Amino acid sequence: MKAFNAIAVAVLKGFIRDRASVFFAIIFPLMFLVLFGGIFNNTEQSPIETKTIGDISLVDNLPKPAREAFDDSFDVTDEVDERERDAAIEEVRKGDLDLVLEQRGDTLVAHYTKTDQVKSATIQGILQAFVDGTNVAVTGEPPKFTFEGEGVEDDSLQMIDFVTPGLLGWAIAMSAAFGAAATLNGWRQSKLLRRIQLSPVPAHTVVGARIVATILIALVQTAIFLGIGTAGFGLTLTGSWWMSVPLVMCGTLCFMAIGLLSGAVAKTTEGAVNMANFLVLPMAFLSGSFFPLDGAPGWLQGLSKALPLRHLNDGMLDVMVRGEGPGAALLPMLILLAFATVLTAIAARLFRWETI
Amino acid sequence: MNAIEVTDLALAYGELKAVDGVSFEVGEGEFFGILGPNGAGKTTTLEMIEGLRKPDSGTVTLLGSSPWPRNQALLPRVGVQLQASAFFERLTAREQIHTFAAMYGVARARGDEWLERVGLTEKAAVRAEKLSGGQAQRLAIACALVHDPEVVFLDEPTAALDPQARRNLWDLLSGLNDDGRTVILTTHYMDEAEILCDRVAIMDRGRILELGSPAELVRGLDAPVRISITNADLTMQEAAAISGVDEAAEEAGDLVLTTRQPSEVLTFLANGKLLDGLRVRAATLEDVFLDVTGREYRA
Repeated sequence: MKAFNAIAVAVLKGFIRDRASVFFAIIFPLMFLVLFGGIFNNTEQSPIETKTIGDISLVDNLPKPAREAFDDSFDVTDEVDERERDAAIEEVRKGDLDLVLEQRGDTLVAHYTKTDQVKSATIQGILQAFVDGTNVAVTGEPPKFTFEGEGVEDDSLQMIDFVTPGLLGWAIAMSAAFGAAATLNGWRQSKLLRRIQLSPVPAHTVVGARIVATILIALVQTAIFLGIGTAGFGLTLTGSWWMSVPLVMCGTLCFMAIGLLSGAVAKTTEGAVNMANFLVLPMAFLSGSFFPLDGAPGWLQGLSKALPLRHLNDGMLDVMVRGEGPGAALLPMLILLAFATVLTAIAARLFRWETI
Repeated sequence: MNAIEVTDLALAYGELKAVDGVSFEVGEGEFFGILGPNGAGKTTTLEMIEGLRKPDSGTVTLLGSSPWPRNQALLPRVGVQLQASAFFERLTAREQIHTFAAMYGVARARGDEWLERVGLTEKAAVRAEKLSGGQAQRLAIACALVHDPEVVFLDEPTAALDPQARRNLWDLLSGLNDDGRTVILTTHYMDEAEILCDRVAIMDRGRILELGSPAELVRGLDAPVRISITNADLTMQEAAAISGVDEAAEEAGDLVLTTRQPSEVLTFLANGKLLDGLRVRAATLEDVFLDVTGREYRA
């Protein structure tokens, strides 16, 4: 136990003190999370910047709830008079302003840009609704039909919900594969592997300590990702997200095996890390770590099913954000363990003590 | 009982016979050296005794049992320092030796003691990568000895060190077998083998060419002694005529006399007050080495 702890601690210290490893395992994937989560996640409509010309009695006389709804949708930045009408419309033309609103007699006239189709449709729809509402109100009759909206939870996820599990999968794949590749080759080159072989520590203790260290790193990555995703970018975790913990462990084993394979084949530490990168980065693209594969052609979907990262990503999506039960992670876990077993066996066959 | 017994050991890498029928014994508490040029098969021999490699033929007995396959009962009794600096990445000197102490199940304090003994206490907080060549070798030796092994293998501990660092390390190495420990060292420096080792095996091309104490080997060579003096008065003929002198020559302004009866010649020179600039050079292990391995240059 003493030897196990000592080796695990030695490996962890070696990792934490290696700035490049920490950067690629944690900071680099987090940069993508911030990029995807922070920039592309901005689906909320910005308020419609509006200038009004003269008095608009129709809006001013709206009943209180309707008036509040109006203020929510339209951000009236300025109330100008008739003389500045052309200047205001010119601002819309240039894109500096979304809407110029005026009332000619009983007609509400809106000048808006058509460039932003979503915005122009919103403007038209909302204004039409206000006019219709006012028309009903002035008849004094109670409205015959009413509308009630009931939102349905659909399958489409927020950007952040989609990218967090995928990027986390990629981050874990990278650090596990690079770590194992670099350790195997570095220890072989420095003869530390031989040195350990000549100590009374059994092989399974060394391997176990290395695995535990890598799993700890992966769990820290998971905690950081979920923490920043939830706190900073509105990631909403669903019921059995805790199943991501065993899933992450299986993923770590699988990608350590890929790292071992790279380490066994390559002759130098740099070569081993490059080979691991060569395997993991394309796999990340093909496994939907960066963008959904829904639009990809069938053959690509099929190919991606042959990649372990795809199963890690799918499993994480299912339990972390899609609200699937804990059982959804079981098949991916089995697949990952199967990959780990086969790849480790191949790596063991290809491994040579001597690099020359 | 012998600490190590090696009989007819052989190992080939494809066509190359790296070790070709090597036999020797190392007694308990002995400081044994394997001396030879690069590629002589020293490291391969050592690796077979350590149990890292399976010999093609021949037997190895280390502390009474076979080191191959990996012998878990034997390993705690053996210490090794390998040619390369086999350390955990980015750990300090103290963390390295503490890790090795834990691997052998001994207290950390023992690691600190060994750091002190090899003179690295001040460098304890320095990462192994940042240590100088000599300091790294000291750390590797400390890590090899942290569990107080009965036998310790040192594979070229002074290779690539500057002369100061080498001599500095000799002081440390010469004390290693004081408490009955058996030490086996490989080196390609004759002076090192001559100073440190009780017995030396001279190895080349996978075979042991000579085996014995440095003094025995030198004596066995029966090499002449070279006496050189500042030449003042003697002519070459006079010098050659001195009783006991085999040959007289002039080298860089000095008179050089080659003899197998140095006392006779030296007495003659002393009587004639001819000892100015006297230098006497007896044969060394280097001469033995060159005699048995040949003088042609091999890269």
